Amino acid sequence: MANRLNRLVCGGAFAIGLFAGVSAARADTTLLNVSYDPTREFYKAINEGFAAKWKAETGEDVTIEQSHGGSGKQARAVIDGLEADVVTLALAYDIDAIAQNSDLIDKDWQKRLPHNSSPYTSTIVFLVRKGNPKNIKDWPDLLKEDIQVITPNPKTSGGARWNYLAAWAYALQQSGGDEAKAKQFVGNLYSRVPVLDTGARGSTTTFAQRGLGDVLLTWENEAHLAVKQLGADKIEIVVPSASILAEPPVALVDSNVDDHETRKVAEAYLEYLYSPEAQEIAAKNFYRPTDQAVATKYKSQFPEIPLVTIADTFGGWQEAQKKHFADGGIFDQIYRPGQ
Amino acid sequence: METQTAGPATAAKVRRATTESPLVRWALIATGMLFIALVLVLPLISVFMEALSGGFATFFQAVGNADTWQAVRLTLLVAAIAVPLNVVFGLAAAWAVAKFDFRGKSLLVTLIDLPFSVSPVISGLIYVLLYGANGWFGPALKELDIKIIFNVTGLVLATVFVTFPFVARELIPLMQEQGRDEEEAAISLGASGWRTFWYVTLPNVAWGLLYGVLLCNARAMGEFGAVSVVSGHIRGLTNTMPLHVEILYNEYDFVGAFAVASLLAGLAIVTLVAKSLLEWRYGDRLAGGRKH
Repeated sequence: MANRLNRLVCGGAFAIGLFAGVSAARADTTLLNVSYDPTREFYKAINEGFAAKWKAETGEDVTIEQSHGGSGKQARAVIDGLEADVVTLALAYDIDAIAQNSDLIDKDWQKRLPHNSSPYTSTIVFLVRKGNPKNIKDWPDLLKEDIQVITPNPKTSGGARWNYLAAWAYALQQSGGDEAKAKQFVGNLYSRVPVLDTGARGSTTTFAQRGLGDVLLTWENEAHLAVKQLGADKIEIVVPSASILAEPPVALVDSNVDDHETRKVAEAYLEYLYSPEAQEIAAKNFYRPTDQAVATKYKSQFPEIPLVTIADTFGGWQEAQKKHFADGGIFDQIYRPGQ
Repeated sequence: METQTAGPATAAKVRRATTESPLVRWALIATGMLFIALVLVLPLISVFMEALSGGFATFFQAVGNADTWQAVRLTLLVAAIAVPLNVVFGLAAAWAVAKFDFRGKSLLVTLIDLPFSVSPVISGLIYVLLYGANGWFGPALKELDIKIIFNVTGLVLATVFVTFPFVARELIPLMQEQGRDEEEAAISLGASGWRTFWYVTLPNVAWGLLYGVLLCNARAMGEFGAVSVVSGHIRGLTNTMPLHVEILYNEYDFVGAFAVASLLAGLAIVTLVAKSLLEWRYGDRLAGGRKH
C-alpha cells in the first residue's frame, strides 16, 4: 500500500509538472482575438488569410487564438483578466466598458482606425420559417396576434441591443418621434419573447434547432450563415422596410500587447481587416464591407434599405446604454418575464 | 446506489414484509423502469445515435480534430491534478473527523459539503472575484506575472472546489464505523502516528477510497458550469471537453458536438463499469462506505 501511494504522489507531481509546461507553452507569436458570438467562421477565415500574409511579409509564424461568447460577457472577461491582444466586439459600448473599467485600452480607441474602428458593418433582419407561414414582412407584423419572437438578452448580448434599437428606431420614426409610442411598441414586442438567450448564437439555435418562435431577430450575417448551415428548405430571410446600421468595432488592447510584445503584429492584424482581401472575406461571410470597391462587387447580396445610425438616432452608445439598458432603464421597465 | 443488491433471500423477505398486491409492485417497478428509460437511457442512446448519424468516417473525423484532442488532453490533465489533490485532502479531513475530537468538527463537516450545495457557476465566479484582474489578489498576481483565471490553473482550482467533497464524504462514514480501536492498539504496541496511518488506517479504507476517487474523477471530467466561468473559452487552449461540446454545437457542427459528447459519455461509462466491478468483487468491504 505504501508503494501504491508513493506512485500516486509521484503521478500527481508529474501531472503538476506537465501542467506547468502547458501554461508556459505559448508559441512565439500568438495573438488572442476575443470576439462576439456570430464571428467564429468569419475570423477562422480571416486568421488563415492573415497568418499567410504575415508569413509572406516577415517570415514569422503567427497563430491567432479565438474566444467567442456574448459581447458583454466577453468584455467582462477581458476586464477580469482574459489576456486579449485584440477585441472585436459587437458594439462600441462594450469596448468603452473595457476602457472605462480598466486601464487596458486607450480611451480614444475608436478614433484610431477608419470608419469608427468598424472594418465591416451589418444590420438587423428577420429569419422566418420556410414559406413565411405567418406572413411576416415588416416590424408591425411582429405584433400580430400569436407571433412569438426570438431575440437574445440585451443585457448580455450585443446583437440583442442592436435588435432592440432597430425596433425602437422604427417605431419612433413611424410615430413621428413619439417616445411613449416607441416604448409601447418595443414593450409589446418583448412580451412575445419566450426565451432570452445570452448570445446571438444561442438564439439562432433556439429558433432553428429547437424550433421555438415564429421569427428570429438577428444580424444579417448570422441569418445568412444559418440559412447556409441549416438549409434554405427550412428557413428564409425577411428584410424589413428599415433597420439600423450595426457597427461592430475592433480595438487593440494596449496593455496586453505591450505585455506580450505583440503590438506590431496586432496592429497589422487589425489593419489587415480593412484590406481588399479581408473585405472580400467579410462580404463572403455576409458582413457589409466598408471598402467601396468590394461593396460594389457584392452589391446584390446586401439589400438597400434605410439604415439609421446609433449616433444620429440615439446620440451614441453611452446615451443609448444609459437610457435603455442600464439597471432601471427602459428595457428593465418594459421586460416583465412571465406576463 | 442507495439500493442494496437484493439476493433471493432478501427478496423473499421483502415479499413477506409488504402487503401490496403483485399488481401494485409491478406498477411501481414499471414506473421506475420507464422513468429511467426516458430520463437516462434514451438520452444516452440519442447521444451515440447522433454522433454516428453521419457514419463512422464522419465520427472519426470529428473526434480526430486537433481542437478536440486538445480538449480531451486538457480534461484528463485537469482530472489528473484535481483528483490526487482531493485524495490527499479527503484522507486528511476524513482522518481528522473520524479519529479525533476537536472544536469546530461539525463546522468542518458542514464546510466539506459546501460545494454540493453551491451552484457551480458561483464556484467559478468566486475565483474570478479572488484572482481576476480586478479581484482581491489580481494586482499582486499581475505583479508576479502569475496567471490563474482564464488559464489551466483556474480550471484546476474550480474543478478541485467542485469535486472536493467526494473523497472525504466517502471516507468519513467508513472511518467512523471502523472506530479507533485498531489505531489505539497499534499505538499501544509502539507504532508511530505515521506508521499507524500507513499500515492500519489506509488499508482499512482502501476500497472506499478507490470508490471515492472514481466518483470524484467522473465529476471532474464532466464539470461544466464552474470551468465555463474561469475558462475564457480560448479554443485549442482552455476548452475542456464539456466546453468543447458547447462550442461545436454552437458552430452548427452537431455531429462533432455529439461525437465529443459520446467520448465524454464513454469515459463516464468506463468509470461506472469500474465502479460496478469493484462493487461486485468487493461488495462487502465497500458496503460500509456507502452508508450515508
